[in-house]
Amino acid sequence: MEFTTALQTAANAAAVSCMYAMIAVGLSLAFGVMQMANYAHGEFFMAGAYTVYAMYALGGYPYWAAVAAGAAIVAGLGLAVERGIFRPTRGNVLAGFMAAAGLAFIIQVFCGEVYGWGLMRYIPKPWMAAFSIAGADVDVARIIIIPFAVAAIGGLIFFMRRFRLGRALRAVAQDPDAASLQGISINKITALAMGIAGALAGLAGGLMSTIYAVTPVLGHQVILPAFIVVIVGGMGSIEGAVLASILFGFTHTFVTTIFDAVVANMVVVAMMAAVLIVRPQGMMGRVAV
Amino acid sequence: MGWLLPLIIVLCIIPFFMGRYPVEVAILFFTYIILAQSYRLINTTGDWSLCHYVLFGVGAYASGLFAKYLGIPVWVSIPLGGVMASVVAAGIWQPLLRTKGFGFFIASYALGEFVRLIWIKFHTPFGGARGIIDIPYPPVVAAIDFSRPIPYYFMAMGVMFGMLFLMYRIDRSRIGDIWKGIHTDPLLSETVGINVPRYRLLAAVTGAFFAGIAGGLLVHRIGAVDPRVFDIISMVYLVIWVVVGGTNTFWGPILGVAVMQSVFEVSRPLLEIRPAIFGTILILFLIFLPGGLESLGTRFKDFFKKRKGNQTASGYSP
Repeated sequence: MEFTTALQTAANAAAVSCMYAMIAVGLSLAFGVMQMANYAHGEFFMAGAYTVYAMYALGGYPYWAAVAAGAAIVAGLGLAVERGIFRPTRGNVLAGFMAAAGLAFIIQVFCGEVYGWGLMRYIPKPWMAAFSIAGADVDVARIIIIPFAVAAIGGLIFFMRRFRLGRALRAVAQDPDAASLQGISINKITALAMGIAGALAGLAGGLMSTIYAVTPVLGHQVILPAFIVVIVGGMGSIEGAVLASILFGFTHTFVTTIFDAVVANMVVVAMMAAVLIVRPQGMMGRVAV
Repeated sequence: MGWLLPLIIVLCIIPFFMGRYPVEVAILFFTYIILAQSYRLINTTGDWSLCHYVLFGVGAYASGLFAKYLGIPVWVSIPLGGVMASVVAAGIWQPLLRTKGFGFFIASYALGEFVRLIWIKFHTPFGGARGIIDIPYPPVVAAIDFSRPIPYYFMAMGVMFGMLFLMYRIDRSRIGDIWKGIHTDPLLSETVGINVPRYRLLAAVTGAFFAGIAGGLLVHRIGAVDPRVFDIISMVYLVIWVVVGGTNTFWGPILGVAVMQSVFEVSRPLLEIRPAIFGTILILFLIFLPGGLESLGTRFKDFFKKRKGNQTASGYSP
């Protein structure tokens, strides 16, 4: 592989890593706090992308307003899912997961029926810019997600370490019973976790909507990698999810460039199986899955 | 089970009065009943895998390939497909045994996807993304042409009843009890000397065998196999059958397949929004009737007895 190709691939890999970090951190946070696997999380990502499509490409609103609206709408969706699905099925991971899969079907059909099932819709890029590093041209629209991901996840970690509410989140993740004995409302905390998870996924979807073709099955494409990242990183661990996203992003992108996407998917699944055999709790997890 | 004989008699008579399409639907239906029941077999240990549809596909691919390229007669290739599915399941379960709950079904999803990617990646012998066509039909035996719908209907029905009988015996056997024990209390099972991983593996391999048989039955009727059929969406449909029927008793999955396949046929004009219909049904069942349709009977009894609390034993339903 030539040096410029490698550099360009590295830039792409960094963007992919950031995207999966934003998706997987939310998944992992929600899992840590309420022991629920949100299958519809990929559809959250898609909903963010569709909001940008509807507002920016169709409605003519400014790009940043559309992205912000996407994050807000999906955060609201997260709250609704917590209230409507995960609260009634609490304590039963399978029921929550399956009900979320049913919801994913519903969101897919909704987007398909409202905006059409057509093959793909490209969103015009808000700016056509690229910059060169050492002879490699890097598209700004592709790597714009990196500063956002760093800020959002850094902010989340800071929030969870320093703020009272953030500490309450971690307390519920560690021991829900003890946390509620200390006067922490479990329902409020799970709603908060789902809100944050939704906002992160919506933001990632909005920012990546100019790169990906926006289709009703977009969420279907990102959910399996996101789950693999959560397992490899360790269930419920945010730092682990970030680390695993970087590992995943670089492995997947480089193998795709050198071989093809099918091989890349096989490699990451094999990686996950290896991690499960050697270290069932994942890279940074505390307990076996 | 006095109702079984009349049922068999009815099932033997009706194909002669149905059109060709309903007979084909009935054949599919028999296949899916074996599939759903084999899924319940694994579920009794508490493991809800998301790769069961792929194991069904392994049976279909193996049986199809054996019959097409090695010339093995269909009667032998279908059981061989079942054995092949067992072998693949034994491999998939090595990392899976390290996990339970959430990790289990995500990892099983990913590993099932791995098998599917192998089919897509390797053109020989799996035919790549387009799959395999021209898979042989069963031959003519004693002047009965098994490639015709009605003889195949009887063959599928016979296989279904045979497999259901075997699974029923396994479910009622000591092994079936151990599987249920593992689900009810894994720690206690381990304490009384049950090798939990070994029994989970046994359940997986047994269930995969029956799923593989179902796959073989499907592929020799359709004559083609396509890797796209075996994706996670089909798997969720399988879960919907089992959730709607319930897994507490042996009859739940059968009921679920019957009801949901009827809904599937009725909703044919609404092709585009069908996933949303099934998704809604799934959510409603999980939240309001977690025991599935089979729990309705006990619910009604409780209701008329006006028992305090009105609670039913939900057992190991989702």
